[in-house]
Amino acid sequence: MENSKEAAHRTVRIGTMDTIVAALIFALGALVVYESYRLGSGWDENGPQAGYFPFYIGLLVCISSAVVFVQGLLRFKSDVRVFVRQDQFGQVLVILLPSAVYVLGIQLIGIYVPSAVFIGLFMKIVGKYSWLRSTVICLAVSVIAFLLFEVWFKIPLPKGPFETLIGY
Amino acid sequence: MEELNALFHGFSVALTPFNLMLMFIGIILGVIIGVLPGLGGANGVAILLPLTFSMPPTSAIIMLSCIYWGALFGGAITSILFNIPGEPWSVATTFDGYPMAQQGRAGEALTGAFTSSFVGALVAVLMFTFLAPLIANFALQFGPPEFFAVYLLTFCSFIGTGKGNPFKIIASMMLGFAMAAVGIDIVTGQLRLTFGFTELLSGFHFLVAVIGLFGIGEILLSMEEGLSFSGHSAKINPRIVFQTWAKLPRYWATSIRSCFIGCWMGIIPGGATPASFMSYGVARQMSRDGGKFGTGQLEGVVAPETAAHAAGTSALLPMITLGIPGSPTAAVLLGGLMIWGLQPGPLLFVEQKDFVWGLIASMYLGNIAGLIVVLTMVPLFAAILRVPFSIIAPIIVVICAIGAFTVKNNMLDVWLMVVFGVVGYVFKKLDYPLAPLVLALVLGDAAESSFRQAMLLSQGSITVFWSNWLVGSLTTLALVLLAWPLFTALRERLRAAEQSG
Amino acid sequence: MNRKILNGILLGFGVAGITGVQPAAAWEPTKTVEFIIPAGTGGGADQMARFTQGVVAKHSLMKQSLVPINKSGGAGAEGFLDVKASKGDEHKIIITLSNLFTTPLATGVPFNWKDLTPVAMLALDNFVLWVNSETPYKSPKDYLAAAKKAGPGKFNMAGTGAKQEDQIITVAIEKAAGVKFTYVPFKGGGAVATQLVGNHVNSTVNNPIEAVAHWRSGKLRPLCVFEKARMPYKNKVTDGLPHAARHLHACRRVAGRGQFLHRVLQESARHRRMEQAHGRRRFQPELHERQGVRQVGRERGKSAP
Repeated sequence: MENSKEAAHRTVRIGTMDTIVAALIFALGALVVYESYRLGSGWDENGPQAGYFPFYIGLLVCISSAVVFVQGLLRFKSDVRVFVRQDQFGQVLVILLPSAVYVLGIQLIGIYVPSAVFIGLFMKIVGKYSWLRSTVICLAVSVIAFLLFEVWFKIPLPKGPFETLIGY
Repeated sequence: MEELNALFHGFSVALTPFNLMLMFIGIILGVIIGVLPGLGGANGVAILLPLTFSMPPTSAIIMLSCIYWGALFGGAITSILFNIPGEPWSVATTFDGYPMAQQGRAGEALTGAFTSSFVGALVAVLMFTFLAPLIANFALQFGPPEFFAVYLLTFCSFIGTGKGNPFKIIASMMLGFAMAAVGIDIVTGQLRLTFGFTELLSGFHFLVAVIGLFGIGEILLSMEEGLSFSGHSAKINPRIVFQTWAKLPRYWATSIRSCFIGCWMGIIPGGATPASFMSYGVARQMSRDGGKFGTGQLEGVVAPETAAHAAGTSALLPMITLGIPGSPTAAVLLGGLMIWGLQPGPLLFVEQKDFVWGLIASMYLGNIAGLIVVLTMVPLFAAILRVPFSIIAPIIVVICAIGAFTVKNNMLDVWLMVVFGVVGYVFKKLDYPLAPLVLALVLGDAAESSFRQAMLLSQGSITVFWSNWLVGSLTTLALVLLAWPLFTALRERLRAAEQSG
Repeated sequence: MNRKILNGILLGFGVAGITGVQPAAAWEPTKTVEFIIPAGTGGGADQMARFTQGVVAKHSLMKQSLVPINKSGGAGAEGFLDVKASKGDEHKIIITLSNLFTTPLATGVPFNWKDLTPVAMLALDNFVLWVNSETPYKSPKDYLAAAKKAGPGKFNMAGTGAKQEDQIITVAIEKAAGVKFTYVPFKGGGAVATQLVGNHVNSTVNNPIEAVAHWRSGKLRPLCVFEKARMPYKNKVTDGLPHAARHLHACRRVAGRGQFLHRVLQESARHRRMEQAHGRRRFQPELHERQGVRQVGRERGKSAP
C-alpha cells in the first residue's frame, strides 16, 4: 500500500507480538500440564495413565514457547519489522467484527436470516454495491442454503423464529 | 484371466441406463458435498443412504460410491480456490494449490488435482481388480504397534523437512497434540482437559480448526492487504486442461510414489488424510524442486491428491473383504451393505459376485464420469475467483460457518472457527507453521491410543516397536526420516564453518 | 449389558414433563423430528437409527421427516446432554445403547438415564467369547485354564472402549474364573474382531454381528455365549458350517433374552411408529445390568470345578 502514509500510522512490531503470543502459549501449556498432572501423569500397571502424554506435550509447549519468548526479548530492540499497521488492522476488523456479530446472530436467531443480513450489509457498506444487487445476492445465497440443507439434504442448521414461522 | 471375465460381467451389470444415471447424479451430489467444508463424504453418504433402501443393492452401492468419488474430487476445489479444505484429505492440497491460485494458475492447479486424483483412483482400482484377495490379508498384520509405527512415519516424513524457527514448529505441533487430547480418553474412558466444561466433551474437531486457521485466517490476511484475492486477474481458458496435461508426465516419479503410499495407507487401513500428508512430505523430500514446495508447485498438488484418492479407493478393499472400514465413509457404506442384506467379509467375493464386480466396474466408470464432470467445470470454478472480494468474502464466511456447524452440529464450533481464524492470522504473520498443528490434531489421538494399546499388549516394553520385521522397519524408517534433516543441517553447518574458518 | 443393541428408543423430554401424555394415537409430529444418535457415523447405533429412518420414510409412517443427527462426543455424553437440555421438546428422540448408563458412571458428566423418558426397548444382543481358530481352545474351560496357567495379565482381551460393556464382561469373567486379563480397548467392534483375526490379542467378547463374517470364513471360533440358553440360530447363521453351532452352548447368563440382529431390524420397524413412541413401557435395564453382572459371578462360582 501507499508508503507515504506509513509514518502517519501507529504500528505493532513483530517483536512485541512475538513475546505476547509466546507468553499466551506458555500459559496454555501450563494449563495443560496442571490438568494432566491432576489426571495422573505416570505409568500404572495398565501402561501410561490418561495424563501421561498431555503432561509431556504441555511441558514441551511451555519449553518451546519460553525459548521463543526469550528469543523475542533478545531481539526486541533490533527487530523493527512491523506486525501490523493501524490501517491494516482496521481493515481486518472490517470483516472480523461483522463476522463475530454474525456468529452471535446465528446463536440467537438461526443461521439463515443473519447470513442474508451479513452478506447484504457487507456488500452495501464495504463493497458499495446498490441495494438492489446486494439484496438479490444475499437472498439468493440464503435461499439456496436453505433449500440445500433443510429441504434436500435434511441437515438441520440452527433455526430461529423466522424459520418457525414458515413451518420449519 | 478369471478376473477379466468377472470384470466384464461387472460392466454389464453396471452399464444399464438407470445405473449410469445414478452414477452421474451421485458424482454431482458428491462434488457439492465435497465442496462444502464440514459436510464430508461420510455425512453425504449417510444422509443419502435411506434413499437407496428401495433400490437393488448394486444400484445403491453404485450411487453411494459415486457420491464418495465426487466428494474425493470436490474436496480439492475450495482448497485451491480459497485455501479452505472441503475435506480433511485436501488440507495438504492447499499448501501448493492455493499459492498457485494466487498466482493466477487456479485452472492449472485444479486440472492437476483432478487428473492426479483420477490416476490415483485408477491405480487403486486396478489393484482392487487383480490383487484383492492377495492383499486383503495384509491389513490383518496391523496390530497396535504397527499402527503407531505408521503414524510415526507420517509425522516424521512430514515434519522432518520443516523450515523456520524449530521452537515455533515444536510449539505449533505440540499445541495440535494438546488439542487432540481434549475429550474422552479411549484407553481409560476418562475425560481429559475439559476443565469441567461439557461443551469440550467432544474435543476439538480437526475440520473446525482447519476451516478457521486456513479459511477465516486467509480472509483476514486478504482484508489486510486491501480487499483483494490476488487470483482475480486469472485468465479463464478452457485449453488450460490440455496445457496442464502436457506438464503432468514430468511428475511420473512423484505420481508412482504417491499411488504406492495411497494404496498402502488405504489398505492397512490408515486413511486418506494421513496418506495425503505423508505423500506430500515424501514428495518434498525426494523431489528436485522440494525446496520450492509451498510456493505454488504443481507437483505439490499432484502428490497429496494422488495419494488421497488412491487411499480413498483402496479403503473400500478391507471393508469388502474383511468388514473393516478404511475410512469413515467406508464405515457408512458398510452399514449400508448390512442393511441391504449383504454380509461383508471374506465370503462376499464368492457369494455376491454380481454385487462385488458391479461395484468394481462402477469404480472405473464412476471415476471416469467424475473426471469428465469436474474437468468440464474447471473454467467455471476458476471463474469464481473473478467475483469481487467484497461479495465473496462474506459468502465464504457464511459457508465456513455452515461447515463448522455441520461437523458436529455444535454451535460452539462456529465460535471456535472465529477464534481459530484469529489464531491462524496471528500465527501466519509470526511464522508459526500451521501444517504441523493440523497434522498433530488429525493424528494425535489415533497415534496416542495405538501407542498405549501397544504398551498394554507388551506390558510396557518399548521393544514391541521392533518386535517383527514389519513394525521394526517402519519404526526405523520413521526415525531415519526424522533425523535426516538434522543430519544434513549439521553437515551444512560444518561445511560452512570450515569455509568461514 | 447389551451394547449394540440395547437400543431403547427414548423420547427426549424430561420425566417431569410427560405427566399428561395424551393417548398415543392422538399425537402427531408437527415438524421435522431430530433423531439423536449418541455414537459416531457407521457404528451399530448409527446403522440402526438410519435403517429406522429408511423404514419410516419408505412406508410413510410419519408425515414429517425424521432426521438422524450424530452427537458422539464424550462416549455419547454430548448426545445425552443435548436431549437433556431439550426437556419437553417432543420433536427430539434419541437411540441409546448401554452407554446410557456406563458413560455417566465413567466420565461423571451431569447426566442420568432418568433424565430421559424411555419409550421402547427394541432389542437385546448377546455377547460371545471368541478366540482365533488357530488356537487350540475348544471350550471356555480350556481357554480359562490356559489363561490361568499363563499367569495374571499374560492373556489379552480386546474390547470396545473403556469402562463399557466389554470391559465389564471381562471383569465379570475374571472374577468368576479367577484369572486376570490385560484388557485392551479399541474404538469399534469391527476393529476388535480384526485384531483377533490378525492374532494380535487372545480373545474378545464381540457381539455376534461384529464377528460373524470371520466365523463363517473359519477365522474365529466362538467358545460360549453369555446367556442361559443356546442361541436359537442353527441354520440361518451357520450355512456351510453345520457343526459350528455346537460350540455356542450356553455358559451363563449376563443379561435378558437375546434376539439376533435380523429380529432386531424387524423389531425396529415395528416399534418405530411415532404413535407407539408415546406408550411408555416399563424400563429397568439398570437393574438388569447389575443383576446380570452379579449373576455371572454367582453362577460361574457354583459351576466351576
